[in-house]
Amino acid sequence: MNLRRVRAVARKEFLHIRRDPRSLGMAIAIPMLMLMLFGYALTLDVDNVPIAVWDQSGSPESRELVSRFDGSRYFAVRLRATGYAEIERAIESGTVLAAVVVPRDFSSLLAGSRAAPVQFLIDGSDSNTASIALGYAEGVARAYSRDVAARAARIGGERSMPEPIEVRSRVWFNADRESKNYIIPGLIAVIMMVIAAMLTSLTVAKEWEQGTMEQLISTPVTSRELLLGKLVPYFALGMLDVVLAVGMGEFLFHVPLRGSLFLLFGMAAVFLAGGLSLGMLISIVTRSQLVASQLAIVLTFLPAFLLSGFVYAIGNMPVVIQGFTYAIPARYLVVILKGIYLKGVGITVLWMDAAMLAAFGAAVVALADRKFRKKLM
Amino acid sequence: MGERIRHMLVKEFLQLFRDPKLRRMVLLMPLVQVMVFGYAVTTDVRRVPTAVVDFDGSVSSRDLLSRFSASGYFRFVSRTRDPDEASRLLDEGKAGAILRIDEGFAQDLRAGRTALLQVIVDGTDSNTAGIVLDYSGRIAGEYSGQVLLARLSRLLGAVPPRKGIELVPRAWFNENLESRNFYVPGVIALIVMLITLTLSSMAVVREKEVGTIEQILVSPITPAEFILGKTLPFALVGYADVLMIAGIGVFWFDVPIRGSLPLLLLATTFYLMTTLGIGLFISTVSGTQQQAMMTVFFFYFPAVLLSGFMFPIANMPVLVQYLTYVNPLRYFLIVLRGIFLKGAGPETLWPQMAALLVMGLVTLYFTTRRFRKTLS
Repeated sequence: MNLRRVRAVARKEFLHIRRDPRSLGMAIAIPMLMLMLFGYALTLDVDNVPIAVWDQSGSPESRELVSRFDGSRYFAVRLRATGYAEIERAIESGTVLAAVVVPRDFSSLLAGSRAAPVQFLIDGSDSNTASIALGYAEGVARAYSRDVAARAARIGGERSMPEPIEVRSRVWFNADRESKNYIIPGLIAVIMMVIAAMLTSLTVAKEWEQGTMEQLISTPVTSRELLLGKLVPYFALGMLDVVLAVGMGEFLFHVPLRGSLFLLFGMAAVFLAGGLSLGMLISIVTRSQLVASQLAIVLTFLPAFLLSGFVYAIGNMPVVIQGFTYAIPARYLVVILKGIYLKGVGITVLWMDAAMLAAFGAAVVALADRKFRKKLM
Repeated sequence: MGERIRHMLVKEFLQLFRDPKLRRMVLLMPLVQVMVFGYAVTTDVRRVPTAVVDFDGSVSSRDLLSRFSASGYFRFVSRTRDPDEASRLLDEGKAGAILRIDEGFAQDLRAGRTALLQVIVDGTDSNTAGIVLDYSGRIAGEYSGQVLLARLSRLLGAVPPRKGIELVPRAWFNENLESRNFYVPGVIALIVMLITLTLSSMAVVREKEVGTIEQILVSPITPAEFILGKTLPFALVGYADVLMIAGIGVFWFDVPIRGSLPLLLLATTFYLMTTLGIGLFISTVSGTQQQAMMTVFFFYFPAVLLSGFMFPIANMPVLVQYLTYVNPLRYFLIVLRGIFLKGAGPETLWPQMAALLVMGLVTLYFTTRRFRKTLS
């Protein structure tokens, strides 16, 4: 290994990057764009669900129930319907997500000893939103029933009664349950994987395609020097992205960073080295930029996005898929980043994930090195 | 003209399917993706690992806790009397929630006071945390309501207490609220866009990089013929992917398809016109394949995130909601979910179909014009 030659290759690669300002700009703009979108525009929180109401009873009791729906911050009555056909049209076209149907004999049913049925029709196609909205509706119904029962008791001569059980809830690590607080740490991992693979997966394939690889082979540079030299400038670029992302998280989105910044950058560097080498490996194996780009998508972008636990919690997946996620390096970085950011835990809790990350990096680097030497001979 | 297009098509088909690695990729990619999406992408929260700290240990506290485990939403991984142990489990991510009942729970309940149940959840995934809180509120609320009714009937003696209302929920289009039914149809749009974009964005720039574009320029082929020759093979790949993914969705994942297949194919045509148009446009304005790939992702990420695929558009800021109107993915998703889940026909879906058609025509027009400029 001759450092002078490594530096020469790095310089050549650096010139390549500088001469293509658009790719360079994109490598910085894509992470920023994704952070902005997730920080400002995207949320899975549900409130103000548009609903229709068909109040067939029109009694004071039913009006009170309807006003409770309208008054809660989770629902907004958008339509006063007068029949199922109207409700069906509104739900199908998406103007409302759900409908409350109060029966004609609501007040007399309420006075009886059985519970009065109130229909709640909901568009189930978005199951997540639907089940959250359903939970809200049940909360409204529960509170209403409780008050009806308590009021009836008061008529019977009793004073108000206390609620038998109170649920006192606390959310740890993210007290306001802000989705950006858990999405942005994970997003940094996803961005790094995507950028790393995009940057390097084409570089070696390009040299093959354009025939410049032969020229490189004829120079005294060894395969290992070539690999390392090519990695250096992209590593710098990738770390710049990390610094940018962490900075935006801190100053723009105010995501709490409770753990050690040093550990964060250290882990990011290990992951980046692995990710860049993986891109390089893809590039070495495929030799064609078109195939390399497709393979990079399947091997890096998709798993990092879907199987890392970044948005979709791994615990909710089928067991077989859960086992599969252990092979996804981004999974470990997501755990590490969320741990450092939100839980403020250190290496004593995260050592296992850190070790897996290091093992992944070492394995990919070794594999890329071996494959490359074989291809050159 | 027909002759020239035929030659162009033969060349493009040869190019696309000559490379065995590429051939495998084009077929394998959608398969891997739909499997991953079908299985991994789920927002159903079930069997949350839960640590239980029951200091009361009474019949009532056990009764309440057993309702949690019986609901299927909570899976007790630890029963302990040491709160630090429970916190440690939450720290390490081995538990997602802690249910804690302090001493005196049963006593409070008997005496007619308010008894406390503490629920502590891991907020690092705020969506799951919200759902877990919601479940616990429901389970405890139901128990509480029953206790209240029992108290009332004791007080009122012979007069039966009022029970209030009972919510009778019914979910349309997706009766069991399975998230798979929501996501799998959408996957079609995502995968088709990704494949057609990446393939077509490389198409022209590749010829530029290798230098074969000059040979095409000296041939008598016109820009429109060139664009057609470039798009048709990729469109075919797109159709194959749609059918394959739809087949896997229906037969493997049991996603219902209630609408018409011809309508789906027609919408696919309009959609493919847009994605291929955008891909070729990126290709004509890019100098290297690297640039083209970066540009594709610069377009693709926001397109997916602002489509309503995972994040409901209604929850976005109003300004961003307007932005989604120029996103072809948004329209195709509505069409797909409409056809698969709602059995919707052209009478409901025509605005989306029209939007896709207009976008397709506009992008293809600009691509052809842009390409003509590149030529001269």
